[in-house]
Amino acid sequence: MADYEPWNEVRGAEIIAGLATRDGAAIPILHALQEAFGCVPAAAVPMIAETLNLTRAEVHGIVTFYHDFRSHPPGRHVLKLCRAEACQSLGADALAAHVRNRLGVDWHATTKDGAVTLEPVFCLGLCAIGPSALLDDKPLARLDPARIEAELEAAA
Amino acid sequence: MTRVFVPRDAAALALGADAVAAALAGHAAVTRTGSRGLFWLEPMIEVETPQGRIAFGPVTARDVPELLSAGLLDAAPHRLRLGKPEDHPFLARQTRFTFSRCGITDPLSLDDYRAHGGLKGLARALELGPARTVEEVTKSGLRGRGGAGFPTGIKWKTTADAPGGQGGEQKYIVCNADEGDSGTYADRMLMEGDPFALIEGMAIAAISVGATKGFVYTRSEYPHAIATFNAALAIVRQEGVLGADVLGSGHAFDIEQRVGAGAYVCGEETSLLDSLEGKRGQVRAKPPLPAHRGLFGKPTVVNNVITLASVPFVLAEGAAAYQGIGYGRSRGTMPIQLAGNVCYAGLFEAGFGLTLGEIVNDIGGGTLSGRPVRAVQVGGPLGAYFPPSLFDTPFDYEAFAARDGLIGHGGVVVFDDTVDLAAQARFAMEFCSVESCGKCTPCRIGSVRGMEVIDRIMAGDRVDMHLELLTDLCHTMKFGSLCALGGFIPYPVMSALTHFPEDFRAPQKVAAE
Repeated sequence: MADYEPWNEVRGAEIIAGLATRDGAAIPILHALQEAFGCVPAAAVPMIAETLNLTRAEVHGIVTFYHDFRSHPPGRHVLKLCRAEACQSLGADALAAHVRNRLGVDWHATTKDGAVTLEPVFCLGLCAIGPSALLDDKPLARLDPARIEAELEAAA
Repeated sequence: MTRVFVPRDAAALALGADAVAAALAGHAAVTRTGSRGLFWLEPMIEVETPQGRIAFGPVTARDVPELLSAGLLDAAPHRLRLGKPEDHPFLARQTRFTFSRCGITDPLSLDDYRAHGGLKGLARALELGPARTVEEVTKSGLRGRGGAGFPTGIKWKTTADAPGGQGGEQKYIVCNADEGDSGTYADRMLMEGDPFALIEGMAIAAISVGATKGFVYTRSEYPHAIATFNAALAIVRQEGVLGADVLGSGHAFDIEQRVGAGAYVCGEETSLLDSLEGKRGQVRAKPPLPAHRGLFGKPTVVNNVITLASVPFVLAEGAAAYQGIGYGRSRGTMPIQLAGNVCYAGLFEAGFGLTLGEIVNDIGGGTLSGRPVRAVQVGGPLGAYFPPSLFDTPFDYEAFAARDGLIGHGGVVVFDDTVDLAAQARFAMEFCSVESCGKCTPCRIGSVRGMEVIDRIMAGDRVDMHLELLTDLCHTMKFGSLCALGGFIPYPVMSALTHFPEDFRAPQKVAAE
């Protein structure tokens, strides 16, 4: 799990300036901001636009195009559950229904206690040992309801 | 201390390889490797003995004390003892050209890489010079392993012939490591298990076409591959394999890894280029070809990880060695990735031409659930669902195309008889609606309408009319989309409809009863 900093304009400006000279800097900047703050804060959008000589609309368009970038920080843990075909062939749909029910949230949402954000993911390259997931950066495989509960409890 | 090899591949980690390595620490000299690709046996560890390596698997941390006291370090008999890995039938039947080192070497030891034939291809390319290197790649018959199957040598020649190059206008090598197809993991395995092979392949490409800068665009869903590849880049820079003077040749070339942000469509080469440029990953119309006007408008080679990682073998062993195996116009080997509900799921590198039935039943051992195989999706989410009646199809670009399918990046996903192909067709449309870049209307809107139409069919609402509408929609998407996302989503949908029509009629039957 990551410890995110609260949004801070000075720190944000530093991150943006540090990467601004790279070719095609927008995506690396967005990743770096999200790594620091847990999301791409709305306040950062005009700052990126100014630095990269883009319009705010263009930056907004980039941020919202990519599934990875969030507008709010996630819960203490992020569970990315694979929904793709190879995992489906081993019961991923039923597993996903169980997890959503157990956590009481739908996709892209965070549990009320702020513990877990549930994200769908289309393939983790663990297709030989599905159903699979990433809990933060920890790969999980051959999941069933019992295993995923154990992993969530161990992480909590 | 006896050396024991423990994989660090993400799949092995998911099955507890780190805990196994920790349990062995202090008892053995542990070397971390990539995976051999026999995932039902992971974590598969190997003990170094005077007779060669002896494999054990699947090993959990809990097995380690018992294994040690039973004589693991002498490779003594045990229920988990598998014998020599190269004698295992799953490996003995393979032809490992591209994955020859994966699972054997320490992925971050350049000495290990050299000791196992690494950098020979690059040395030979430097000897041959750019034009003859391109010729060698062309003669090998190597085609793009990302899915499109375009001849690699011709792509390189186009970029080489474009104005610019060393000292002149910038040219780029871009490696597509946005392996988003479900059922595929060859790029991930290679980047985690033998990253130097990709670097060597990119360096050969760079010298051949006169590029000085390379980018690897890796998907964010692969944190372990990203970390391993960055570590490998730091090593080769220090050792002078990359940098201002590649292996003392006078050629400059460096590589930077960029991380994607969860957009499947960025695996399409022109979307990938836009994303690298810092834009929304939207598809570009071709021409201009990336070979002429690619990244930042400069001549660019865009190749998949496996294509580039196959090049060192082609150069080191010669085009004839690669070209000598294969089927029809599909030359060399393909890392087939067995996935999903299959008994022996893993990476099987072999010459083209195995039939789908051989792959699924003989090599894969049928379903993991033990139920009958009902459908096999080949080539990822844009690939067709094949029924067992088409199991005589040889694994070859043209043979699959002739049967309205594609081999794509080599993923083979097996489903048992509990699968509902109407639901799979709906998922294909849903996936397309989530991942469409939005540029082409048939893909952006058509996928949403496709979902709705399939929902009506599944509800038994005017099924004949809606099936006709779905077929018409698929035609529109196929011919009205710029890239393979909208253009190929009709493959899974129409194959489901053609080969499994009963699944689209089920609600009506229920209603009639």
